[in-house]
Amino acid sequence: MNIHEYQAKEILAGYGVKIPEGGLAYNTEEAIQRAREIEGDTWVVKAQIHSGARGKAGGIKVCKTHDEVEAAAEALLGKNLVTHQTGPVGKICSRIYIEAGSNITKELYLSFMIDRSTEGVIMIGSAQGGMEIETLAKTDPEAIHKIYIEPAVGLQDFQARKMAFALKLDTTLLNHAVKTIKACYRALRDLDANSVEINPLVVTENNELFALDAKMDFDENALFRRHKIAELRDNTQVDSREVAAAESGLSYVGLDGDIGCMINGAGLAMATMDMIKLAGGEPANFLDVGGGASAERTERAFRLVLADQGVKAMLVNIFAGINRCDWIAEGVVHAVKNIDMKIPLVVRLSGTNVEEGRRIITESGLPIITADTLADAAEKVVKARNEKVAQASKGE
Amino acid sequence: MATLIDENTRIIVQGFTGKIGTFHAQEMIDYGSNVVGGVTPGKGGQMHLGLPVFNTVKEAVKQVGAEASIVFVPPAFAADSIMEAADAGIRYCVSITDGIPTQDMMTVKNFLRRFPKKTRMMLTGPNCSGTISPGRAMLGIMPGHIYIQGNVGVVGRSGTLGYEAADQMRRLGIGISTSVGIGGDPIIGSSHRDILEKLEQDPETKIALMIGEIGGPQEVEAGKFAKENMSKPLIAYIAGLTAPEGRRMGHAGAIISSAGESAAEKVAILKDLGVIICPTPSLMGKTVADVLARM
Repeated sequence: MNIHEYQAKEILAGYGVKIPEGGLAYNTEEAIQRAREIEGDTWVVKAQIHSGARGKAGGIKVCKTHDEVEAAAEALLGKNLVTHQTGPVGKICSRIYIEAGSNITKELYLSFMIDRSTEGVIMIGSAQGGMEIETLAKTDPEAIHKIYIEPAVGLQDFQARKMAFALKLDTTLLNHAVKTIKACYRALRDLDANSVEINPLVVTENNELFALDAKMDFDENALFRRHKIAELRDNTQVDSREVAAAESGLSYVGLDGDIGCMINGAGLAMATMDMIKLAGGEPANFLDVGGGASAERTERAFRLVLADQGVKAMLVNIFAGINRCDWIAEGVVHAVKNIDMKIPLVVRLSGTNVEEGRRIITESGLPIITADTLADAAEKVVKARNEKVAQASKGE
Repeated sequence: MATLIDENTRIIVQGFTGKIGTFHAQEMIDYGSNVVGGVTPGKGGQMHLGLPVFNTVKEAVKQVGAEASIVFVPPAFAADSIMEAADAGIRYCVSITDGIPTQDMMTVKNFLRRFPKKTRMMLTGPNCSGTISPGRAMLGIMPGHIYIQGNVGVVGRSGTLGYEAADQMRRLGIGISTSVGIGGDPIIGSSHRDILEKLEQDPETKIALMIGEIGGPQEVEAGKFAKENMSKPLIAYIAGLTAPEGRRMGHAGAIISSAGESAAEKVAILKDLGVIICPTPSLMGKTVADVLARM
């Protein structure tokens, strides 16, 4: 789960990371008020959306007067901001963060994340901050320093010093750098974060070390014991279909294609989407209905897939293990009868009681196309989609 | 005997008396697995499904000689149950539980590493479908009837995609020696590589099928292991061609977060390592059949 920059900064500041003075605003009046409270002659107005690369998308504005702060707030609040990480629709900006401007002499990069290959924590740093680490990894991999942290022992001072030196920090900043680095690690471990990223970490003209931006991502599986973190969830930053799915205990990811999918199991879902692609189609979504696909759950899943107006055909692929094909077939028939389906539906069932399941579909009299194998299902749904599109264009 | 488990393996169920534990314990017993009891702290001394319930894994090991365990304990307590099993001297543990915090799994892996390799418990999962040696024993939640006994070793992250593979093979009359679901989480007990090592040692396994997916370094590590250490052919299918970068596809671990983690990249690397690529998920059975026919 992602949180906003201002929330991550607040958390990290609590652990001892220095951040520029700043305040949150939901409207322009509050924005001006925040600017008045912050000393200095430069303010930065920052859109709070769950995405990096906000600067390039116009989400960060440097202001010299209170009028400029007002104009910046007006320009950002209530608008959808599109970055290369948000997708074409962008993300709604309903909060802005007003921050004291900093006189920067150096921009650095610092991050911590759970590392799957060492099953520990990896600390990554670079003296070249400000740009995306993925870009730097391509252009100048030598400039990236990695230090592995043994979770049972934790981050040691010498490792933090090693990173501080790798960041080419002045020795007068060494103690503060160690404190900052250790604070980030503690926050990651204490709060079940998957990652903590400060980009850029800056050195100011006054020779101080500040986190100018901060990003934290938390383990969804651990939120049951991180109530304060769980409260930071901002559903306006997530695809509304994904929010609805999560509330129904379904796993959904919206994609750009037009063939809706409903499958049980994440692996089989990905494999089925691969088959659609190989058959010449494009999946509209990933949807895992999980193990126990009850009639009610099936109907909710159908509604979720069909809520996407762009869906031209739908494929249901269920491998019944513990549950039975006849129960699933009844669920599908029930859902199709309850929902006025206007697009072709292909159903492929396999596993326990498959003959019984197929019989229920056939005898329902509904225009459901049945398929035997994975390949057969993918071909049939792509064909049905193409016919539907051809029909629609003829109609126009 | 089959690798990992067989009909003699003495199995206990952790989280035995709960609804899910009860259901799957019965399924395993019906399949022919040698379930000898279960553990539910506080319910020791009771009988459940005609079998003894113990307060601790240690007691189960002592009194009924438990060697393997399967964990159905809720996510908040599952890591603790796994470590208890390791401490009690369980040899092989399957954790079915979905939703264990990643940092808990980090702790589990650290805990397991404290044991010398010889006495270290082997763990598969969490968030997996379990292990089956068809015709002999099932330590998992899979539909046992879709597997037939044979010589193909299978390792995969996903449950239902593993069933799909077993079903395709069954239709072609191809049997399985051992099939292991390793789970879809970012940090798991055993990797593809660890299971391939077991399959290579298993005299009943002639070839291996690896069913991988996007995210993480595991499939590539397994490919490197196969190139250097395996005499048996390895076939691989990687799911997730259409998965966009940075999005979690159901499994907590199925996310492309760095270079080399997409399906296309993994396939290219595995191909270079000499792994036989199964190009589509509908051809898993056929690819296995073709390789078997050439042997």
